[in-house]
Amino acid sequence: MAGSGTAHLRNGDALLRAEHLVVEFPAGRRGRVHAVSDVSLDVFPGETLGLVGESGCGKSTTGRAIMQLPAPTAGSVWFEGRDLTGLSGDALRRTRTRLQMIFQDPISSLNPRRRVRDILTEPLAIWGLGTPAERRRRVAEVMEAVGLDADTAGDRRPHEFSGGQCQRISIARALMLEPRLVICDEPVSALDVSVQAQILNLLKDMKARYGLTLVFIAHDLAVVRNVSDRVAVMYLGKLCEVAPADDLYRAPAHPYTMTLLASVPVPDPGVRPDLSADDVDVELPSPLAPPSGCRFHTRCPRAEAICAEREPEMREVAGGHFAACHFPLEPHTHPA
Amino acid sequence: MSGGALLEVDALRTHFLTGRGAVRAVDGVSLAVERGRTLGVVGESGSGKTVLARSIMGLLPTTNVRREGRVTFDGRELTGMSPAELREIWGAELSMVFQDPMTSLNPVVRIGRQITETMRFHLGIRESEARARAVELLRSVGIPDPERRLREHPHQLSGGMRQRVTIAIALACGPRMLLADEPTTALDVTVQAQILNLLGRQQRELHMAMVLVTHDLGVVAGRTDDIAVMYAGRIVELAPTAVLFSDMRMRYTQALFRSIPRVTDPGHRRLVAIGGRPPDLAARAPGCSFAPRCRYARDRCWAETPPLADAGPGHQFACWYPVEAGEAEADAASAPLSATADGRRI
Repeated sequence: MAGSGTAHLRNGDALLRAEHLVVEFPAGRRGRVHAVSDVSLDVFPGETLGLVGESGCGKSTTGRAIMQLPAPTAGSVWFEGRDLTGLSGDALRRTRTRLQMIFQDPISSLNPRRRVRDILTEPLAIWGLGTPAERRRRVAEVMEAVGLDADTAGDRRPHEFSGGQCQRISIARALMLEPRLVICDEPVSALDVSVQAQILNLLKDMKARYGLTLVFIAHDLAVVRNVSDRVAVMYLGKLCEVAPADDLYRAPAHPYTMTLLASVPVPDPGVRPDLSADDVDVELPSPLAPPSGCRFHTRCPRAEAICAEREPEMREVAGGHFAACHFPLEPHTHPA
Repeated sequence: MSGGALLEVDALRTHFLTGRGAVRAVDGVSLAVERGRTLGVVGESGSGKTVLARSIMGLLPTTNVRREGRVTFDGRELTGMSPAELREIWGAELSMVFQDPMTSLNPVVRIGRQITETMRFHLGIRESEARARAVELLRSVGIPDPERRLREHPHQLSGGMRQRVTIAIALACGPRMLLADEPTTALDVTVQAQILNLLGRQQRELHMAMVLVTHDLGVVAGRTDDIAVMYAGRIVELAPTAVLFSDMRMRYTQALFRSIPRVTDPGHRRLVAIGGRPPDLAARAPGCSFAPRCRYARDRCWAETPPLADAGPGHQFACWYPVEAGEAEADAASAPLSATADGRRI
């Protein structure tokens, strides 16, 4: 699978443009984990890019590489026209004020010993922004925006809140410095479904209110479709498919995307799963020694000899719809 | 659900006695499961679904727990049994699969012995015979190269493979009922589908009853005969699966159903969130537990607890102002008003 190449990158003023990102970690003697292997992405202002894949596919690592947490092994990350990978510590710190992140576990990503008001004021204090009165106003405004009551919640500590409320605090913290791009790494996967809907709606509201651009990383395909304008599917450190969200879900071109979509349990008793479905080759290959050619070929129902030999390049299979596959699915070969 | 049910749970209560008072994790649950049938138990975290499964098994702490009610399995009352008596039934007739395959296997014992242990205990067979059966079991749960896997330790297997091993252990003695507590929550979506299909196949082949506990309505929709929806330690709606989805009456069931984003929905649809958060089980207020989060709650909901009332064959719900026929469609059409139900308060 999946491919290298940058055919899916668009011309124009992308807010974020990551090119040929590679992230490798040393593992044991001489071993290397190939977490992200030549991934390129772009995000336009005001857009939400969904990054979806199973655990270990490199989606979180990609998000962190964009943040330079840590910097990628190779590749470039263009944000507001500057390459973050070349920036010095101080310049990078300044840029990061406009580039924020929200994490999966809302409780452990907040300092348990600090009051909510202090957690939210800290970014302003670090940058010396505003007078104390202005800071208080800004904290109150953002707390109100995320649905927290500034008077009662400000003096409490994270453990006094539920997971959903803590995620609201994390979102508020990310918004304090008026960022342009927010990277959300599995922001709702630790939450119950009823609370998850609150947070997804909140992210949409915040995006509209503050004119944000989002990179939304998640494993839940339904959640990603709900929030994303464009979706990129990853598998084992590679990008398989990039397309406008509705196109990708309506007519997936990559067999892996198809497999993923077919696995999602549907809350409809009329849809009876096929119990006899073939489940050989269940194992995800190791990112220590990824398969040759297309990395998905060991599990792919459409794989042929070439798939093990040559890595497919990202190419356009329909207008604005890109897939890295030697034998992409035709729009009519799968059910509507 | 007539008298001959394999599993009967009657007015079961499990309260944990804590410094904050009694946490009423399971608070008066009655249900029955017939031979070969599958019951889905659906609820959010803290709804008591896991404690219900553990209470049925008898896997509870021995201190600071108050238990009431009866669990009858195949005509025998489990609730009064000693640990030694329960051990004769666990694994042999009634098995359980847990959520986390990383911690439910013993990390320092090889896979093989973990499987043969139950068979030798219950079936009294020799190790060599048990090993031969273990190989067959691993093959039947879709583990390639089972002879090699028997000699490995759990850490050498992926999460999906480990869950297959725990299923193999649970099925080793041909139980008549399997309790599966969130068996796929820790797994990736493609692996989840495989594990659920595996459970379905094994169940059909062994004519085994199953209780499938999950937070995901999608997981139970196509795979169960009946569904019980739990909220705050109680069953709030119980119905044959098709009826539950086509004719849900309880307001919580409806709200839960609507809050799920679907992979088939077009993007950017505003979700119908449930405001607030699940109630504190240590401080039960009078009235319906869902009232504080319910858009339809009226005075009566705050004052009186609605009983589980019959709505049709096998269908019960607990709600004073239930969903009426035809209302669901009309309401869904006017979805935007739901934005106000976002619960913007602490």
